[in-house]
Amino acid sequence: MRAIRILFRSIRDAFKSVFRNFSLSIASIICITITLILVAISLVLSSNVNHFTASIEKELTIVVYLSNDIDSNKEKDIENQIRNMSSFESLVFKSKDEWKKEMQESLGELDSILEDMEDNPLFDSLLVKVKNVSDLSATTDKISEIDGVYSATYGKDSVDQMISIFRVIEKVALVIVIALIVVTAFLISNTIRLAIYARRSEIEIMRLVGTSNIAIKLPFEFEGLFLGILGSIIPVLLTIYAYILTYDFFDGHIFSHMIELVSPNELLFFISIILVIIGGVVGMLGSHHAVRKYLKI
Amino acid sequence: MKLIDIKDCSKVYKNGVTGLAGLDLEIDKGEFVFIIGQTASGKSTLIKLLYREEKPTKGTVIVGGINVAKLRNSKVYKLRRKLGVVFQDFKLLPKLTVYENVAFGLETLGLKASEIKPKVLDSLERVGLKDKIRVFPSQLSGGEQQRVCIARAIVNNPRLLICDEPTGNLDPETSKEIMDVIESINRDLGTTVIMATHDKEIVNRMKKRVITIENGVKVGDKMKGSYRVHESN
Repeated sequence: MRAIRILFRSIRDAFKSVFRNFSLSIASIICITITLILVAISLVLSSNVNHFTASIEKELTIVVYLSNDIDSNKEKDIENQIRNMSSFESLVFKSKDEWKKEMQESLGELDSILEDMEDNPLFDSLLVKVKNVSDLSATTDKISEIDGVYSATYGKDSVDQMISIFRVIEKVALVIVIALIVVTAFLISNTIRLAIYARRSEIEIMRLVGTSNIAIKLPFEFEGLFLGILGSIIPVLLTIYAYILTYDFFDGHIFSHMIELVSPNELLFFISIILVIIGGVVGMLGSHHAVRKYLKI
Repeated sequence: MKLIDIKDCSKVYKNGVTGLAGLDLEIDKGEFVFIIGQTASGKSTLIKLLYREEKPTKGTVIVGGINVAKLRNSKVYKLRRKLGVVFQDFKLLPKLTVYENVAFGLETLGLKASEIKPKVLDSLERVGLKDKIRVFPSQLSGGEQQRVCIARAIVNNPRLLICDEPTGNLDPETSKEIMDVIESINRDLGTTVIMATHDKEIVNRMKKRVITIENGVKVGDKMKGSYRVHESN
């Protein structure tokens, strides 16, 4: 029971302290708010970059041209062999007639030439998607070796280059997010330390009247937690408002339909939780370390 | 019956300054003892050893059965709960009211509010501040702040009250009032009082045991003593 009373007293004292040390609390909250806004911006940007690269990668397809001399049984056999590959994701059959029609529609000059041809010179084909883009090259090679396959291709050079650029972009985005989170953690923790430094005499007095270390630390830790959570409120609201506004303004896409934005429902809940956790946990840990310094443990 | 037993106690600080050199001292329960000496004589070192703000370099310091020299930093609170400390600069928590300052130590022990309230009010009544429970320290005079400090020190009925120059910042009239309060605590509650002071008038008037320290060495220890240096039994 005593432990519970000490816990509740700590929470009550932490609340009181936030208001009684109002100017210090406001300074801490403003610092936390500004740094968390930066984290929110970087999280929104990196999530959208990742979403964009992932959606482009999803569209990458191996085009498997089937020899013209195979029958439907052989065609089924090739399909099955591809389906049994570990990297297989999905497969669509596209007949040479469909190819011809598509080419006639998109390439106006060739329309008449293709129309004049008695036989369709194109190939029946299978459009294969793999689970992971890193398997594209190896899967294409394996498919090429199957008997009855005329050729298999995925636009090797340009796709490989694009994937490597995407990987770099993703890594840079990740590094920026992590660096910002580290800087934020440092800034929040330092602000709380400064606030506690100004109150170090309180800790000394608490020790003098026989307060145990845990009973000294708890109110400060709760105070750090409250300040962190309070500091995350504005960034969370601002992110929700600004992102929904941006999403609606662009109608979910930037540069016509090339870049699709992540839907607000998916993204905002995740970012809000992250911001509150960073604010609260870092505030609490910052307080913990700062108080420890004055406890002479 | 001994409350404090100090044997061959020396304290040398990291900068090489000697605070105490081979001090032997016994203080019984219920005694009122003045520690006097010039500035840097070692009396503050002795006071700090008693509430374990410092550790002896050599020897033993036993306070209420606890060997201070062997007490770890994380366990110091166990000693401090058995004693009350009054300082020259009061050391009150500025953001807490008078009531909250006095109740603070009891609250951190996890006592119920219904147990805390009568103790705090009794303690404030003893120092004559029962009508100022909702006031903040900054709204009190120096003498009143020192009374709050005394109320905080005695609220948990400690066996030992340590006073480090409690009248150092007060005028003679207020000092006398504070000394009357401290003396009544010693007389009525049987609390042992150890007081470091420079105040000759108080020491001479009260006729209590006086221990004189000079250069870290005890040079005088006299029952019903007065403020004189180099005085011995």
